[in-house]
Amino acid sequence: MVSGEKPGVSKPLEIERLVKRFGDLTAVNDVSLEVRAGECLGLLGPNGAGKSTLIRSIVGRVIPDAGRVAVFGAAAGSTEARMALGWVPQELAIYPRISCGENLGAFGRYYGLKGQALKEAIQWCLHWAALEDRSGELARNLSGGMKRRLNMAAGMLHRPKVLLFDEPTVGVDPQSRNRIFEMIAALRDEGAAVIYTTHYMEEAERLCEQIAIIDHGRIIAAGTKEELVRGAFGTRSQVLARFSGSEAAIGEWTERHGGRMVDGTAEFTIEQAAEIPRLLDDASRAGLELKDVSLRRPNLESVFLHLTGRELRE
Amino acid sequence: MILNVARTALLGLRRDRGALALSFALPIAFFTVFALIFGGSRDTTPRVTLIVVDEDKSEASQELVRALERDNSLWVHRTPVTKKGEPSGPEYTAATAEAAVRAGDAPVAIVIPQGYGQNPVAFGPSSKGAQIQLLYDASDQVAPQLVNGLLQKAAMTSMPASLAEQGMKVSGEYIGGYTAEQTRRMQQNLADLRAAVARREAERRSGTAPGDDEGAGGGVIAVNRRAVVGENKPNPMIAFYAAAFGVMFLMWTSSGTAGALLDEAESGTLDRVLSSRVSMSTLLAGKMTFAILLAFTQLVVMFVFGWLVFRVDLPHHIPGFVVMGLSTSFAVAAFGMLLASLCHTRAQLAALSTLVIMTMSVVGGSMFPRYFMPEAMQKAGLLTINAWAIDGFTKVFWRDLPVMDLWPQVSVLLAVGVALFLIARRVARRWEVA
Repeated sequence: MVSGEKPGVSKPLEIERLVKRFGDLTAVNDVSLEVRAGECLGLLGPNGAGKSTLIRSIVGRVIPDAGRVAVFGAAAGSTEARMALGWVPQELAIYPRISCGENLGAFGRYYGLKGQALKEAIQWCLHWAALEDRSGELARNLSGGMKRRLNMAAGMLHRPKVLLFDEPTVGVDPQSRNRIFEMIAALRDEGAAVIYTTHYMEEAERLCEQIAIIDHGRIIAAGTKEELVRGAFGTRSQVLARFSGSEAAIGEWTERHGGRMVDGTAEFTIEQAAEIPRLLDDASRAGLELKDVSLRRPNLESVFLHLTGRELRE
Repeated sequence: MILNVARTALLGLRRDRGALALSFALPIAFFTVFALIFGGSRDTTPRVTLIVVDEDKSEASQELVRALERDNSLWVHRTPVTKKGEPSGPEYTAATAEAAVRAGDAPVAIVIPQGYGQNPVAFGPSSKGAQIQLLYDASDQVAPQLVNGLLQKAAMTSMPASLAEQGMKVSGEYIGGYTAEQTRRMQQNLADLRAAVARREAERRSGTAPGDDEGAGGGVIAVNRRAVVGENKPNPMIAFYAAAFGVMFLMWTSSGTAGALLDEAESGTLDRVLSSRVSMSTLLAGKMTFAILLAFTQLVVMFVFGWLVFRVDLPHHIPGFVVMGLSTSFAVAAFGMLLASLCHTRAQLAALSTLVIMTMSVVGGSMFPRYFMPEAMQKAGLLTINAWAIDGFTKVFWRDLPVMDLWPQVSVLLAVGVALFLIARRVARRWEVA
């Protein structure tokens, strides 16, 4: 992935062959990853893919059955690792009945901060999360987006070097989502190593240079977006065509030509744009009436579909 | 639609199996506890411990003591209770009996003074003889009344000769004396009566006598009642109730406070806290410290209120109050931590708290004094925090005992607190890692 590490210096985060089982379910299956300073790794996968279990293994809240997690060389769960990690869980893990400032004070103290250092950390977090004017407001009275930002700020008080964001934009309006992206990008640009889990392809594309696609606990592909698309589709493009008429007839025709139906749209992978007229002529001969057609480069959604046969949000 | 709403509620309850089970266990448990206490099987009548000092050693006094010893309602002690196998100590004296009542060894003592046998029955112009002294602890409102009544009963059933003699004496004084013949017949009848009493006593010892429940009456024995504990208390039972109810409410508070753990576990806050520098032991200790301070503050508020409104003598008992208050708060806070760590949901905690706290409060004497309860239940009460806390506060506010005398209660409460905390810590491992 990203180069430039000094020899002999521990990497921010290394995961080697991690396995975690819950009974018969293998939630994390032989996962190996590493994240470097200033890098944001997007962990992309549908719900239940094992993203949160992987994050909890890094934090030390889940004991793996096999494998190793090292944070700057320290084992997961050790004090050194805890102090280097900033975890933003998927749930709103804040105290609803106390104010924003008091929440930040509480979590800051849990990380050993006190006195002036604590005050400065609180101020920094309030500023970072754009909650300066809400310091005295009870957490439960904040809007959904503000609660999310407070939830994030509560994990940043000790200025960790490795940040773990577990679906931080769940249930957030677009404006707050943009604000959250800016907050994370700012930390990444300051040199933090970031893992960002999501099942929204657009978020991973926007924020992360490196993307790992996880399904059924296993990393099924990893690399930059371009590497992933090239690996799955080569130089091919996708044609998306919508027809009017019987769904059964459209589906049968699409399948006959090696395509698949996604949300009522026929998708085909082609090598060259010249293949499009032939395809449409054939549709016309089959009695299908074309409504619209478009050509695009495959995206991460296409990659996931290609690799798993399922959509990301299934 | 109504059924749909009900169905949804039922589904929620079915999913929380702990709460479901407790919702049925709760009424059964309460029914059992109250049935045991009030159901009144034959042998469950509480016996009153009575210390008897016979300074007279007359025939009448010995008859009276024997009658009291035979009564199923009393445990009569003439010497301090010793461990099994050890020889009994010296007999109680008036002074040691009073000290024993003060110390709470027995709620009542009677002292039959010298000269009692000359005029054992109190009526007529000669009823100025030595009176039986009844020394009691005013915190027990039942025992002195019971003993007084049994004394009168004993007189009626066990001392007929003395009664008759005294009656004849009084009659003689009223009518200006008997003739020689009348006096001879009277003495003869009294001798027959004494012989009959002796015969009945022999039969009773051999197990061939009928029950001794015949006869009733009151006031034939002059008794001088004196409270040796609580005699100068302005409002005798308030301190008891402050402690009794205080402990019970402390338990509720501690259980509710510790329940925050469940909220935090559910919201994910617990996970986040445990991913910081805070360990589970530190977290539990922190929660418990808060619970202790809250419980102690509650006690302070309650006793200050009792002092201001009900004249509980708090200012003269501050050291004992602080020692007992902190010990009780410690045990109760650990108890709350254990309850919370055993439960998975607030609903389970609410049900379990109700079950355990109400049971402990009933058995431990928070609802009503333990001396009302059957012997076995009184002993079972010692398994509760309530009983030890109430006993300790009673020592402080009722018996005016010094702080050092609180060591049994303080030791038990601290030991219970440590044990419950360690168990809670062990159970809380389920929150540590998956």
